[in-house]
Amino acid sequence: MLRMALQASVTPCLPFPIFRSSFVIRHSSFVIRHSSFVIRTFPPRHSPHPAAHSRVHRTADNSIDWQALREDFPILDQQVHGHPLIYFDNAATTHKPKSVLDALRHYYERDNANVHRGLHELSSRATEAYEGARSRVAEYIGAADAGEIVFTRGTTESINLVAHAWGGKFLRSGDVILLTEMEHHSNLVPWQLLAQRAGARLRFVPVLDDGTLALDQLDELLTPEVKLFAFTHVSNSLGTINPAADFCRKARNVGAVTLVDAAQSAGHMPVDVQEIGCDFLAFSGHKMGGPTGIGALYGRAEILESLPPWHGGGEMIVSVSLEKSSYKKPPHRFEAGTPNIAGAIGLAAAIDYLEGIGRAAIFEHDSRLARYALDRFAELPGMRVLGPAGERGAIVGFVMDAAHPHDLTTFADQRGLALRGGHHCNQPLMRRFGLPGTTRASFYFYNTTAEIDRMIDILRDATRFFGPK
Amino acid sequence: MSTELEELYQEVILDHSRRPRNFGALENADVLVHGDNPSCGDEIHLGIQFGPNDTLAEVRFSGQGCAISQASASMMTMKLKGKTRSEASALGLAFRDLVTGGSAEQSSSIASSSPKLGDLQLLSGVRKFPQRVKCAMLPWRAVEQALSQSAGESTVSTEL
Repeated sequence: MLRMALQASVTPCLPFPIFRSSFVIRHSSFVIRHSSFVIRTFPPRHSPHPAAHSRVHRTADNSIDWQALREDFPILDQQVHGHPLIYFDNAATTHKPKSVLDALRHYYERDNANVHRGLHELSSRATEAYEGARSRVAEYIGAADAGEIVFTRGTTESINLVAHAWGGKFLRSGDVILLTEMEHHSNLVPWQLLAQRAGARLRFVPVLDDGTLALDQLDELLTPEVKLFAFTHVSNSLGTINPAADFCRKARNVGAVTLVDAAQSAGHMPVDVQEIGCDFLAFSGHKMGGPTGIGALYGRAEILESLPPWHGGGEMIVSVSLEKSSYKKPPHRFEAGTPNIAGAIGLAAAIDYLEGIGRAAIFEHDSRLARYALDRFAELPGMRVLGPAGERGAIVGFVMDAAHPHDLTTFADQRGLALRGGHHCNQPLMRRFGLPGTTRASFYFYNTTAEIDRMIDILRDATRFFGPK
Repeated sequence: MSTELEELYQEVILDHSRRPRNFGALENADVLVHGDNPSCGDEIHLGIQFGPNDTLAEVRFSGQGCAISQASASMMTMKLKGKTRSEASALGLAFRDLVTGGSAEQSSSIASSSPKLGDLQLLSGVRKFPQRVKCAMLPWRAVEQALSQSAGESTVSTEL
């Protein structure tokens, strides 16, 4: 299975005949040598990534050595309040492998310059690395063209971009935006604001008690007034994995544009925009081993080209007079101002790292952790787990009779265990379940079943500590 | 068990959170304040009935939240009953100083100059948990709001 996953991840990439902007990118491999590593920030576009693969820790039989991977994450090796850190807040943000930190350091120590304008060597290098990162992101999510990738600050900004540029142009009074009841506030509030501006209405696919969506109501909800269907790929509170390809096919049948919030899926499982068939897809670098402050919006070329700019400034114009300006083509039309160059390079390094392991292998490992946690949670008294019993992402939200999520989280923190307590930017969903909030454990590939065992011990102690005397 | 944790969750505090005193709706309340802490979903509904000489004759609360907010509210209602508006107000300020900390010197001077805080001083452990200060302060924010009005219903939030 692991071998299959790896083979899948080294399938020859799609051609990227891109960069329709005014400069030319050399189609060369750009390899940075740094200490004992080889870091690819600008991989060749027509070949797999052997350097990334060779760095991955493997056991004698060539399967992934998950325990050894932890050594790539220096932050994991520390004591918190006198206990070894157990980091189970990966749905909020993930840790960064050394290769990402090295790529950032290398960029600032060797190549730092502004992009797209300078005629000097450093600017060429920075531009090449930045645009190379764009190609890497395109390849990673199966986009047909790097011009379909807009760099943003993250998922939230990506969604706001669509709400402004697409919503401002295409949404009319009386139109409907279809969302689901499980959306993160970042895939809800931008649409509320847009609906207010445009006089449009919001409609929601209900969440069932088991944490899945009411799929049988979808056909009814997808009426011709629905102009956009925006939904999360994986719920950040429930761990539910939504059938994104089915949703997009159904939406297309009524002519609705689709947006997938891939914040919790992009770093955890294979995500291919052409298989999903979406018009837009948004994700964040920091939830997949990359730096904070960088993310991407995928937009299908035809749609992106039809959109007006949303932010004005440098980088996004062709010519400017005092009265008016003309704008570059996508993606640069949507990237006003100096972009997060280092962030994009760091994101590409994170992608190299993830692909070195293979996303199918990561998904399998994460799912195994989630299943193990669910089994062990069942041993605890007064424990209620939210979300589907079957397949789910590496996110387990729960409530315990004995303690409020905030008390539980404080208690756990004092034992070195990082959980998250609260509404997880899902207030309507918490209300739907009649809860003020939950405690959430969310895993990534560097977590272990031994850490889950320790979490169970800590939660059992918390039950005794807070429970009735 | 860590010392900080034991200081935060003293047995008296856990007892108040498990069996909150003066809990439930107050019939004939003069002032009713709905307080919430949007960052964690804690909420309190505080009812006060004023008596002669501007005293807080009856103080009750309902709502739900973490052990700290529930214990803080429970202990607060016990403390405030029978106090005048100005005494209640002064207690609120002293409590805020207690849980937000400051230098050790200031803290000890608070402790010595405000013996009237009594049991409330058990909540001083919150100081070491800055994320939990809002939990302890929520009921007191509601009182602050209640004391600013003579009658009626209002809302207050830790985020505003």
